[in-house]
Amino acid sequence: MVRRLFERLRGLRQVAPHLLRPAHVNADRAKIAIAQLDHHYANKVVALKDVNLNVRSGEFVCLLGPSGCGKSTLLYALAGHVAPTGGTVAIDGKPIHGPGPDRLLMFQEAALFPWLTVRGNITFALAARGVPRSERRERADTFIQRVRLDGFADTLPHELSGGMKMRASLARALAVDPTVLLMDEPFGALDAQTRVHMQELLQSIWMRAGKTVVFVTHDVQEALMLGTRVVLMAPRPGRVVEDLEIHLPMPRSLEDPSLDAMARDIRHRLRAVEGPVLETHPPEPVPRRTQTPSSLPRPSIVTGR
Amino acid sequence: MKWAQKLGMLVLLFALWEVLARSGVWHKHLFPGPLQVLESLVAMASDGRLGGATLRSMGRLVRAYAMSVAIGVPLGLLIARLAFFRNAVKPVVTGFQALPSICWLPLALLWFGLNDSAILFVVVMGSVLGISIATEDAVNGLDPQLARVARTLGVRGLRFYFGVLLPGALPGIVTGLKLGWSFAWRALLAGELLFVSGGLGQLLTMGRELMDVTQVMAVMLAIIIIGVTVDRVLFQTVEAKLRRRWGLTTAT
Repeated sequence: MVRRLFERLRGLRQVAPHLLRPAHVNADRAKIAIAQLDHHYANKVVALKDVNLNVRSGEFVCLLGPSGCGKSTLLYALAGHVAPTGGTVAIDGKPIHGPGPDRLLMFQEAALFPWLTVRGNITFALAARGVPRSERRERADTFIQRVRLDGFADTLPHELSGGMKMRASLARALAVDPTVLLMDEPFGALDAQTRVHMQELLQSIWMRAGKTVVFVTHDVQEALMLGTRVVLMAPRPGRVVEDLEIHLPMPRSLEDPSLDAMARDIRHRLRAVEGPVLETHPPEPVPRRTQTPSSLPRPSIVTGR
Repeated sequence: MKWAQKLGMLVLLFALWEVLARSGVWHKHLFPGPLQVLESLVAMASDGRLGGATLRSMGRLVRAYAMSVAIGVPLGLLIARLAFFRNAVKPVVTGFQALPSICWLPLALLWFGLNDSAILFVVVMGSVLGISIATEDAVNGLDPQLARVARTLGVRGLRFYFGVLLPGALPGIVTGLKLGWSFAWRALLAGELLFVSGGLGQLLTMGRELMDVTQVMAVMLAIIIIGVTVDRVLFQTVEAKLRRRWGLTTAT
């Protein structure tokens, strides 16, 4: 018993360093290339400053950082919902202008159309993407099955639980088959138990579908559980401070002790970045979120016409 | 229980009315009891006067209301979505909304003459503005999350209007339609009262001219019954169903 504990402790100390290695991705080989990105809001708040990030095809990149570090702004810039004030964002070498069919943004809320059933929500999205009518239903049912919502195809959103709504939303996102999936704290509003289930589900789906995912979170464990890469960001001004590859085989489990060790390492690095702030705001380097942080403006989005 | 209370109140009201009528405070020609009024109502119903008048009134109402909806909903949509309509047309709409609909009647009589068109015009003017303002409110109140998700899914153009904007605003629009209906109903009867028109309003005027208080009260009763029935049967059912499906209320 004691020996096992000792072994585990020793394991932790050793394991962490080689599991997290700095990532180096060439811009010309990247699926998503972000170069010298700057963004400031109309009220002069600098949301992003000189952000450079290259993402390979099929990677699962977690943007991790405290409130106000610009991770959501970066994601919205990728989605094309926010036009950055400087720098470029390119996908497959082509600069992006506005939302496109190659990318899909998922929110903290499931954002299902309340008047449509689960299947209706998916077929509506498929129709918008120009999938022929005859294929829509079958494709919808395939993805309803994939997120394990069998038997709820004809259910209305308000009759579903929070986790089921999120799964329906995930099914809708996967069904339209974007090459890049952008997720803005999609599990932030769920209870702890459901969140773990959703993380496991997302991981198994990602392993199967091989999509490029950019995932915003401020939960260190979540980032390490899901990502092949974790990008640490810091606020004032919003910037990338570290870009690490996570060398831990999938599927991962939250109980994995090396995950805890890495989490400690990451928290340490985040604390170092936040340095002076910590003196005024003791502990809690990673806020457990219950709702969207509101200390800085969220990227505001204009309704499409 | 709820029904018993409602029924009890109704019986109480009628009983009070009967007692007042029999007490002889007012002359019985000026204040007949409920039984006489019901008798008159049945008489009018059986000789076809009531049915004919109701049909005529409702026919006008349905035509005018259909026009109001056909103009009001798109107008509200335009005001909500286009800057020109919001800046220039909306103040005009709000301005005219301050004018009671019956004030259009003299103008309508001069323009269209003593016929149905004049009344239709008054009814449309009475309800179209209310409907468009309610539609505008409902469209502006669309959940911003749905607008975003529509954008990221690439829902655009007509599909956005008919697949997201209208359904999203529908509960609010239906509330506006209900309001528009009651405006239209008021405007219609006001219009019908003022000149010979062959509807329920004229039946009321005739009662007055013949000094037949019983008939006046009977027609009033009929108007109440029709108004309540349409509101209950048509609008509340539709509204409740819609709100349940949209998940706005927990099913009762």
